[in-house]
Amino acid sequence: METPLIAISHLSKAYRRGDQVIPVLTDITFDIAAGEFLALIGPSGSGKSTLLNCLAGIDNVDSGSIVVAGTDIATMTESELATWRSRHVGFIFQFYNLIPVLSALENVELPLLLTTLSAGQRREHALAALSAVGLSDRTDHKPSQLSGGQQQRVAIARAIVTDPDIIVADEPTGDLDRQSAADIMALLGRLNGELGKTIVMVTHDQRAAEAAHLVRELNKGELRAAP
Amino acid sequence: MLLLRLILKNAFRHRLRSVLTIVGITVALLAFGLLRTVLDAWHAGVEASSANRLVTRNAVSLTQPLPYAYKGRIRQVTGVDIVAAGSWFGGVYLDEKNFFANFAIEADDFFRLYPELLVSPEEQKAFISDRKGAVIGRKLADRFHWRTGDTVTLRGTIYPGQWPMTIRAIYNGARPDTDETVLYLHWSYLDETMKKRAPDRAGQAGFFMVGIHDATRAAEISKDIDAPFVNSQAETLTETERAFQLGFVSMSEAILLAITAVSYVVILIILAVAANTMAMSARERLGEFAVLKTLGFRGPTLAGMLLAESLILSLTGAAVAMALLPPLANGFATGLAQYFPIFIVSRQTVAIGFGFGVMVGVLAAVIPAQRIAAVRIADAFRRIG
Repeated sequence: METPLIAISHLSKAYRRGDQVIPVLTDITFDIAAGEFLALIGPSGSGKSTLLNCLAGIDNVDSGSIVVAGTDIATMTESELATWRSRHVGFIFQFYNLIPVLSALENVELPLLLTTLSAGQRREHALAALSAVGLSDRTDHKPSQLSGGQQQRVAIARAIVTDPDIIVADEPTGDLDRQSAADIMALLGRLNGELGKTIVMVTHDQRAAEAAHLVRELNKGELRAAP
Repeated sequence: MLLLRLILKNAFRHRLRSVLTIVGITVALLAFGLLRTVLDAWHAGVEASSANRLVTRNAVSLTQPLPYAYKGRIRQVTGVDIVAAGSWFGGVYLDEKNFFANFAIEADDFFRLYPELLVSPEEQKAFISDRKGAVIGRKLADRFHWRTGDTVTLRGTIYPGQWPMTIRAIYNGARPDTDETVLYLHWSYLDETMKKRAPDRAGQAGFFMVGIHDATRAAEISKDIDAPFVNSQAETLTETERAFQLGFVSMSEAILLAITAVSYVVILIILAVAANTMAMSARERLGEFAVLKTLGFRGPTLAGMLLAESLILSLTGAAVAMALLPPLANGFATGLAQYFPIFIVSRQTVAIGFGFGVMVGVLAAVIPAQRIAAVRIADAFRRIG
């Protein structure tokens, strides 16, 4: 059997509010193969985003392990995680989360500041990423000058510009109209199909979930196979 | 470059708020600079004093005179080169509002004692040879449009009567901090007139200026000057010119302390304003900082970015303030010339102004930068929804 890219084992996490302990994830165990396109679905508060954050290295776990390409990220320090994220994970958010004072090109170039590329190389890479999402003609536009769909495509360009192994997307179509959502899902499908990116997506959108190869459902912090 | 561009754009993201913060810092540092220049003006006499000059005065009070006869005994003290009697004359020209300092001095060695007063040899000679002559500073001459040869009459306030005198020389200061607003008349003119008008007040000097060639022996010579007059009717107190001037300054100590306190309070207020600006800016962009952390930027880098933004605002304010300070001080100097003859913005004031600019920038950003560095990504996203 092929070694999975991400192996999540007995992952548990709870939030504490005073003396109260609220379990969010309970004994989650599953694997994600390299090149997989996984959709995590479930009702609000089921722990989807928390699980996504944990496997993307932006939230800590209480117990269990998250082994990505042989490395348990659950034991890493903040600083190690920062480096790991910059090299291995691309992020797509529901509300795009672009830096409003920077142009589309500058937003895409931002993650490359953490690499050893020269300014010219960074620009080249950023232009290529924008071209890949069909926004070559919007390089100098500020986020406020772009539509929601275009902003999300800039966010996708930013996510892929460092050529990460994993793309995590938290409700990537949640703020978009139907057509834009379809465009974004098509783009993610291309990234997965043509570039072989492993995509883990959280969504409420049934259509979006259908675009994934595999759908898993979270309910009250417990994982189950999607119906 | 991109990071620098991001920092610059963020610093001026809310233009009105950034501009108001810069204006606030500018006004505060201008106020600070002016107040400090006032303090410097107060101390100008101290700074302009010479290490080679001592002042001997009545030990009881500066207002009590000394017998002129002391001069000979002071002159005999080893290390003393020159002794010249002097008195605060306190004359008024036409009206009290025309105030300027005026002293009666012994002219013979006066210009040797005060080499910083530059007078042509011809004018020097003309002043020394005219008992009713006067020498005035360039600024005073300009203020009243006086020229050599003009006759000026002062009304005595300490020494009653009208005191006509002829301007024989106009001096220029050798240094920027040399006071050019003083009038000097002959002590002999004062003394001989007093012999006629109030004989019991004749033969008295307000102080003796003592020239010494070895400044390192000032304390010892001062002691030697005072020793013979211990237990006499008019005991003397000899001190360096600097200490003598400091004595004057210390009379206004409470005012100076108040000015100093106000100048620092102004800085504290603007620090609070700048800190509020940075706190608001950091809070509003919490989500962006979380995104940057998500991309792999570390806490200290983001804290440094916020600190740089804060420094850009505060140093812009400081630069504008320090650029405006000299012309503003010149305006004040013109208006307050009679109270502050030396009103010059010192390099030290400019350096301290920039120092406070840096301090305000750093301190204003410390707490928000710490928070940004420490906040966990997931918590930040949860907080902004």
